[in-house]
Amino acid sequence: MSDISTTGRRLTTRSVREFATNNAILLVLLAVVLVIGIVKTSFLNFDNIMNILRISSVRAVIALGVGGILITRGTDLSAGRTVGLAAVISGSLAQRMNYPSRLFPNMADHSIWIPVLAGIGAGLVVGLLNGTIVAFLKVPAFIATLGTMTIVYGAESLYVDRPPMGATPLGGFKDEFTNLGSGSIGPDSFSVPIIIIIAVVISVFIFLVLNKTRLGKNIYAMGGNPDAAVVSGVSIWKNTMLVYAIAGLLYGLGGVLLAARAGGATNNYGQGYELDAIAACVIGGVSVSGGIGRVSGMLVGVLIKEVMNNGLVVLGVSAYWQQIVLGLIIVVAVGIDIQKYVRKR
Amino acid sequence: MNESGFIVEMRKITKSFPGVKALDEVTVKVKPGSVHALMGENGAGKSTLMKCLFGIYKPDAGELVLDGKTITLANAKQALDSGISMIHQELHPVPYRSVMENIWLGRYPVRDFGLFKLVNGGKMLRDTKKLFEGLQMDIDPRVWVKNLSVSKIQSMEIAKAVSNNARVIIMDEPTSSLTENEVGHLFRIIRQLKSEGIAIIYISHKMEEILEIADEVTIMRDGRVVGTYLAKELTTDLIINRMVGRDLTHRFPPRVNVPGGVVMRVEGLTSTNPRSFRDVSFDLRKGEILGLGGLVGAQRTELVESIFGLRNIQSGKIWINGKQTIIRNSIQAKSHKIALLTEDRRTTGIIPVLSVFDNMVIANISKYLGKFLFLSRRRASEDVRKSIDVLRVKTPSPMTRIESLSGGNQQKVIFARWLLTEPDIFILDEPTRGIDVGAKYEIYTIIADLAKRGKSIIMISSEMPELIGMSDRIMVMCEGRATGILDGKSATQERIMELATQFM
Repeated sequence: MSDISTTGRRLTTRSVREFATNNAILLVLLAVVLVIGIVKTSFLNFDNIMNILRISSVRAVIALGVGGILITRGTDLSAGRTVGLAAVISGSLAQRMNYPSRLFPNMADHSIWIPVLAGIGAGLVVGLLNGTIVAFLKVPAFIATLGTMTIVYGAESLYVDRPPMGATPLGGFKDEFTNLGSGSIGPDSFSVPIIIIIAVVISVFIFLVLNKTRLGKNIYAMGGNPDAAVVSGVSIWKNTMLVYAIAGLLYGLGGVLLAARAGGATNNYGQGYELDAIAACVIGGVSVSGGIGRVSGMLVGVLIKEVMNNGLVVLGVSAYWQQIVLGLIIVVAVGIDIQKYVRKR
Repeated sequence: MNESGFIVEMRKITKSFPGVKALDEVTVKVKPGSVHALMGENGAGKSTLMKCLFGIYKPDAGELVLDGKTITLANAKQALDSGISMIHQELHPVPYRSVMENIWLGRYPVRDFGLFKLVNGGKMLRDTKKLFEGLQMDIDPRVWVKNLSVSKIQSMEIAKAVSNNARVIIMDEPTSSLTENEVGHLFRIIRQLKSEGIAIIYISHKMEEILEIADEVTIMRDGRVVGTYLAKELTTDLIINRMVGRDLTHRFPPRVNVPGGVVMRVEGLTSTNPRSFRDVSFDLRKGEILGLGGLVGAQRTELVESIFGLRNIQSGKIWINGKQTIIRNSIQAKSHKIALLTEDRRTTGIIPVLSVFDNMVIANISKYLGKFLFLSRRRASEDVRKSIDVLRVKTPSPMTRIESLSGGNQQKVIFARWLLTEPDIFILDEPTRGIDVGAKYEIYTIIADLAKRGKSIIMISSEMPELIGMSDRIMVMCEGRATGILDGKSATQERIMELATQFM
């Protein structure tokens, strides 16, 4: 009997340790939440947590798009500007009929679906453009998306440009539209923000794509060893196009949600989101050398960033120090992650 | 000069890798001012020995003696510092930099200004010119290396070795990509180095060359030294005999396959690359194992990769089951039920960071599509589990990363990957390379079993016993051309070697 019990205990210790190594990032998140919560209990109140989750929802949708691309050894610098493009396009089509400075004063009233689909469509167009440049012209993803990033910013600025005033901010969105970002569903005592539901649905969708579909298997294979993938008959261009297209869709949705949550949009929306998304992914264990990355990791990466952002504010840390801490987290997280591969050589 | 009369002595060097003893008490002694050739089949241990001498590998046992003093080398830098240089078969210069910058890389002459140092370009140019003059090399030190021919780059590397005060220069297959004229030029440089007392260790497969340039020849086989001979006492036949003269120590499973009708016919296949294969024709029959023999550089890999659609063909025709077909890429090759196990498992075979499971199903994902484009994990798992059982893959679980498996087990996973696509024609490029002896037998069993089940197999191998032991027929190639097709039962190693060196 004693034998069995010791075996049992040893197994438990080992499985705990295994769990810890496999989910180190998750444990870090919990530790951060606990520490900040103990120092400042107001951090843990319901409204603050919901606020963090709402912000994270937009960021998560974008990070999931970038994450897929990173797994294929690509990258996408145009993500942030595409979010901005989708925000102004959807916003411009969601303005109230009685709002005085509408972008399109003569436009007839229409369903709320129009701005939503237009925003997502705009993202898809940019995604397809990126995919084409990377897959067919063979331009390295970094350069290709550096180019489209700049182009998209110009395009969205022109879209809201009203000479001689220049690019004008958009406002006066319909309630149905802003509801997507700030509304909730369910009975009063147990309501869930719509934006969080959307993020969860998207996460499940991307999880299924990455783990349960042919495309997903090909994405990991292409990133893990492109030569072996080619020899195995994987079509590199087709899968590259699909990855960038899906990412574009997600940026589009992210832009729509951002505009809806903020109740307004400018051509500077989404600026820098691409780097935040890449940072969240690498914190969450996505390898920029390809082939490695999980949806859960990306989500936790986003949460760590947003929890730190919020927590440091709650703790009263200066904004400049926040930047330093966030930068350190990125370097340390990737530094630790990369050691497993460095030692092997 | 020390009393032994040797500039460098490798004494009883032993080096093992997991599952294989690459070097077994190897002793080679090299005289100053001489060319010492190192010969042997692929896998005989020449490269491993040279890597020990050049500080890349650390020997398990044995002694390196340089100029009478025992030395230990922790890395290539220490080897260079003690006067040992190596000219690699694959040259890796920095292409978009000048010749002189390549030569003095890592030890640029500097002008010291106290607070800071600047690279002294003038001195570098003068030194390089002087170096080239001394070696009678005609290269402009200022041009980009990218614009030089292979031969010139090689000369540059030799000059670099000399500038490093090398007393021993290892040359690994230095003529493999040189024209006849360029070989003559290289030999002139080698003779000059000799006259200056520098020892050359010369690795090559080419008999004629060895007999012309070498003073002494050490022949290796299976990680041991067969003997060291004076070059003038050797002939091509004697060398071949000593390189291959052995009992078949490997054992092969019995084969009961019966070759049937022609499945694939290849006629006059010629590469778009003029240095690669040309005018190759052969038939492959159902249930046949066709061995593909030859030395490294015979363009066998290029040939099979072209058949598989990974490389371009200038001319020639391929018939599969009597129908003429054009295969432009691996996707089309798969649809013609051809599978290819590539030569270099690490770079084109495994996807290291993925699991055994994912590595097995990647070539065959379409088969597991279920509802709404989702994969049926159940069916895939079943196939993976069966493959693991049948091929006896030793893995803790299907979800283990393939990179943590041994070479033999990785190879079995790649076998399984292609078996799942249910091919009729199986192209195996060095299927047992880097696999220990025990696992080799298992791979042979898999191959024999495939042939028994009517699959047609093309097997490239540089190990002659393996070719003879496993093939129904053996096609031998030399320098891109097919030099003959032998019957597996009557083929001898000597005959294969003759065909493999026909144009050398």
